[in-house]
Amino acid sequence: MTTDSIKWFWYASPQTFFPLAGTIARVCAVLAAILTVAGLYVGFFVAPTDAQQGEVYRVIFIHVPAAWMSMFIYVVMAVWAAVGLAFNTRLSFLIARALAPTGALFTFIALWTGSLWGRPTWGTYWVWDARLTSELILLFLYFGFIALQAAIDERRRADRAGAVLAIVGVVNVPIIYYSVKWWNTLHQGASVSFSKAPSMAATMLTGMLLMALAFWMYSIAVAMIRVRCEIAENQGQTTFSEAQPPA
Amino acid sequence: MSEFLAMGGYGFYVWGAYGVTFILLTIEVALLMKRKRETKA
Repeated sequence: MTTDSIKWFWYASPQTFFPLAGTIARVCAVLAAILTVAGLYVGFFVAPTDAQQGEVYRVIFIHVPAAWMSMFIYVVMAVWAAVGLAFNTRLSFLIARALAPTGALFTFIALWTGSLWGRPTWGTYWVWDARLTSELILLFLYFGFIALQAAIDERRRADRAGAVLAIVGVVNVPIIYYSVKWWNTLHQGASVSFSKAPSMAATMLTGMLLMALAFWMYSIAVAMIRVRCEIAENQGQTTFSEAQPPA
Repeated sequence: MSEFLAMGGYGFYVWGAYGVTFILLTIEVALLMKRKRETKA
C-alpha cells in the first residue's frame, strides 16, 4: 500500500482530522452502548456465581477492563506524545492531551472498584501492595501530565514538557503489569494472560471481554470528541487558518 | 428483585463499584458535552 491510498498526511492535519474524528466518535459511542448492555447482561444474568467468592466477584466486569484501559491509554498517550516530539505534529499532541483525563478516570475506577472488592475478600480496602501502589502511581502520573500542561501557558512548550513526562512515566506500566509476578502481592495473578488458558469460566471471561471492548469504544469516542474540542478551541491561536467562517 | 439487589450479601460492594463507575462516566460525558457546545466542536 502506498501512502497515497491511505492519505496519512492528509489526516495528520487537525483541520482535516476534525470531521473524521466526529464520525469515529459517533460509531464508537453506539458500539460502546451496545457492548455495555451485552456485557452487563452476560455479567449479571449469564455468568454463574463464583464458587469461592459468591456474588462479589461480579465487580470483575468493571475492575479488570478499567485496569486494562488505565494502562493501555497511558501507553497510547505516551506513543502519541513521542510521535509529536519526533515529528512535531500538532495532532499527535492533541490526541495525547485528549486521552489523559479518560485514562486518569479509568485508573481511579480500577482503584475504587478494587478497593470495594478487596474489603470483603481480603478484609481491607487498601494495602500498600506492589500492584495497588504502582497503579496509584499511574494515577499520579496522569495528574502530573494534566497539571504540567495546564501550568505552562505557551502551548508548544506545554505539549513538549508533557510529552517528556508521559514517556518517562511509561516505565511504570510494565511494573504494574508484572508486579504480581515480581513481588509477593496480596493481589491475585493475571486472570487472563498470553501464555496460559484463562483461569475462569467461559461466560465470566465473555462478560469481561465484552465490558473491555465497551470501555475501549467509550474511550475512543470520548477522546475523539475531546480532540475536536481541542482543535476548535485552538483555531484562534494557531495557524490552522481556513477557520470556519464566523456565524 | 430484592434478591438480585442484595447480591448475596455483597450489595454494598457490588453496587458501590458499579454506581460510582456509572456516575463518574456520566459526569465525564456531561462535562465533555458542555465543552462541545461551548466550543461548537
